[in-house]
Amino acid sequence: MSDIKKCDDHVLHKSRRKMLKGLAAGIGLIVMPGRDASASVWEEFFQKHFRELSKDELKGVIARLEKEYSKQHGKQVTVKTTPPIEGVRYGYGLDLSRCIGCRRCVYACVTENNQSRTPQIHWIRVMQLDKEKGIDLSHAEHYYNPATVPEKGHFYMPVQCQQCEKPPCTKVCPVQATWKENDGIVVVDYNWCIGCRYCMAACPYGARHFNWAKPVLPSSEMNPNTHYLGNRPRPKGVVEKCTFCIQRTREQPGRYPACEEACPVGARKFGNLLDPESEIRYLIENKRVFIFKEDLNTQPKFYYFYAT
Amino acid sequence: MKNIWHFYKGTLVLISKGSTAYYCWVFFLLGLMAIGAVAYAQQLNEGLIVTAMRDQVSWGFYISNFTFLVGVAAAAVLLVIPAYVYHWKPIKEIAVLGELLAVSAIVMCLMFVTADIGQPARFWHLIPKIGLLNFPQSLLAWDVVVLNTYLVINLTVAVFILYNKYYKREPNKKFTTPLLLLSIPSAISIHTVTAFLYNGLGARPFWNSSILVPRFLASAFCSGPAFMILIFFLVRKYTKFKIEDEAIQKVAEIIAYAMFINLLLLGAELFKEYYTDSVHLAPVQYLFQGLHGHSALVPWIWTAMVFNVTAFILFLNPATRKNNVTLVMGCILVFIGVYIEKGMGLVIPGFIPDVLHEIYEYAPTGIELLLAMGIWATGLFVFTMLLRVAIPIMNGDFHVADDGVGSFIGDQLFLVQQKQEIRSEPLNAESEPPA
Repeated sequence: MSDIKKCDDHVLHKSRRKMLKGLAAGIGLIVMPGRDASASVWEEFFQKHFRELSKDELKGVIARLEKEYSKQHGKQVTVKTTPPIEGVRYGYGLDLSRCIGCRRCVYACVTENNQSRTPQIHWIRVMQLDKEKGIDLSHAEHYYNPATVPEKGHFYMPVQCQQCEKPPCTKVCPVQATWKENDGIVVVDYNWCIGCRYCMAACPYGARHFNWAKPVLPSSEMNPNTHYLGNRPRPKGVVEKCTFCIQRTREQPGRYPACEEACPVGARKFGNLLDPESEIRYLIENKRVFIFKEDLNTQPKFYYFYAT
Repeated sequence: MKNIWHFYKGTLVLISKGSTAYYCWVFFLLGLMAIGAVAYAQQLNEGLIVTAMRDQVSWGFYISNFTFLVGVAAAAVLLVIPAYVYHWKPIKEIAVLGELLAVSAIVMCLMFVTADIGQPARFWHLIPKIGLLNFPQSLLAWDVVVLNTYLVINLTVAVFILYNKYYKREPNKKFTTPLLLLSIPSAISIHTVTAFLYNGLGARPFWNSSILVPRFLASAFCSGPAFMILIFFLVRKYTKFKIEDEAIQKVAEIIAYAMFINLLLLGAELFKEYYTDSVHLAPVQYLFQGLHGHSALVPWIWTAMVFNVTAFILFLNPATRKNNVTLVMGCILVFIGVYIEKGMGLVIPGFIPDVLHEIYEYAPTGIELLLAMGIWATGLFVFTMLLRVAIPIMNGDFHVADDGVGSFIGDQLFLVQQKQEIRSEPLNAESEPPA
């Protein structure tokens, strides 16, 4: 009996879903510009949430995206959906005593992660601080631009997504378009985000960035090795953020995040927090470590430390 | 079914007929709505880059208007409580106007939110079961639920009462009473939830204050009723609809109390921030004094302060409260004062300085202003249309015909009373000079 009822419910549910989708399509037709009204636009419009897609549906979505991106950029683009690796929880270390404020990490990140060049989106923000004042953000210089760095009397503090263990941004999302994966990386489904920017209001680190305009990504500079939850090209009107280079770090053998690789002074460290032998664990256990805005209890997995 | 069709036809006749002033007003609003639509089309095409919002200040003029209008909508409850809980007759007759204002304000709220989101076509992601509403985790999900509930309740009650009045029968109390009672907590909930939406963010010390909800409620009970009083005066002046002074005075008294609480809470907030003098003072400093040479909001907030305090004195003093000129003045001051204080004055300092203490000064662009204007025009248009049907029903000018099926329209013009006045004026003018 209950099975039959369930089945009925299911059918009803389905037809209601269909009907509402029809309604949504009707309204979408009004909202969307006509010239984009090709079949793939509708597929995209009705696409389910990433975590609700069945294996087959996911395959279809990925095929569609790869085709679209490859066509747009004139090269073979792959969109991976590599899941988290068992027994891995990523942690990042940043040595404030070494950082020279050269911003190589910022631009390595932009290139690796296909950020918009116009308007510019940076997932990493480096602040120039006074040695005399310490970490006093009200005296931070965000747009320092001398001929050479580091400047006397200053030190530098890069800030990016802290991959909080208790992320305030995912909690506030009205449509669950952003969430924390099992390896601790906070990701966004760019095809599900409605662009309300509540997460940006909630993030204490300014780590979330919005595509205010259609992102401009020159095909020659486009990185074709992408991940669905990471560096694939984004549409306008959605939020994006650092994913610890999910397209690199989830590979086996894994690669370091682009910012880590780019750092000329070795101020950046990355590893598995669950591995007692990892470098990041050594740093946490042996160096003077702090986490940013500790009082907010967001529990970042981004550790600032002083090695010297 | 046929009856409903005739009722509907009747409303269409009412809406399409009116005095010259009515036509001018309606076409003026339609014009502004068209301009707003063009602005929105451009925003859809180019993205939110056409606004002055950026990553540092990620909410701006749209969300400020939204926040203010939630307050206006919530205030309808101030008419519902005395009317239906205490059965106070003078207000019972006008409570339906408050409900219609709530409906119009919520329509504007929903439009402002839609204008603000980056992917409006994905709105269906917010529908439970079909999309993935993050309820009860996200306060924005709560807001979606309570705002829509409030809209449905007010629309249902108002339409049901008016429809019965049209049929010259008493509305079924078994249906209206539970809904009216439900509308009271839901009015409070829309404002509470909207305040919580800001309140719960540890990243934004300016909003992360426990008196934010009472502050929201207090200011809502100023701005909403102030707008209602202005509407009462207009309706009383230009239509046959009677609104007693007693009712207006009662509402004005409520504004006086609410404004007192509003100012008290604001003072408490300012004391805490200035006396503690922590880094969390920065947004308050930005708002009231300017910070590091940035002071775009300073003249606005002081205007709001002067307006609110002046209005409070006007409402507190019985002589000025009972004088219609000062009363109307007070209402206008309150409306503008709260609009600044609970609009831009609340939203923008949450982002300035931003979480990394960067200062990005925000001022809405032309597109933002035009689009917002279009939405206000739409709200006023909806309100005008609702009143255009509601007032003749309440007057008894629009009711079911004697056959019980067709509709009867006693007077198709909106400005009935004034027409008579105009006719009688020349006589007075002629008789006056000799005297």
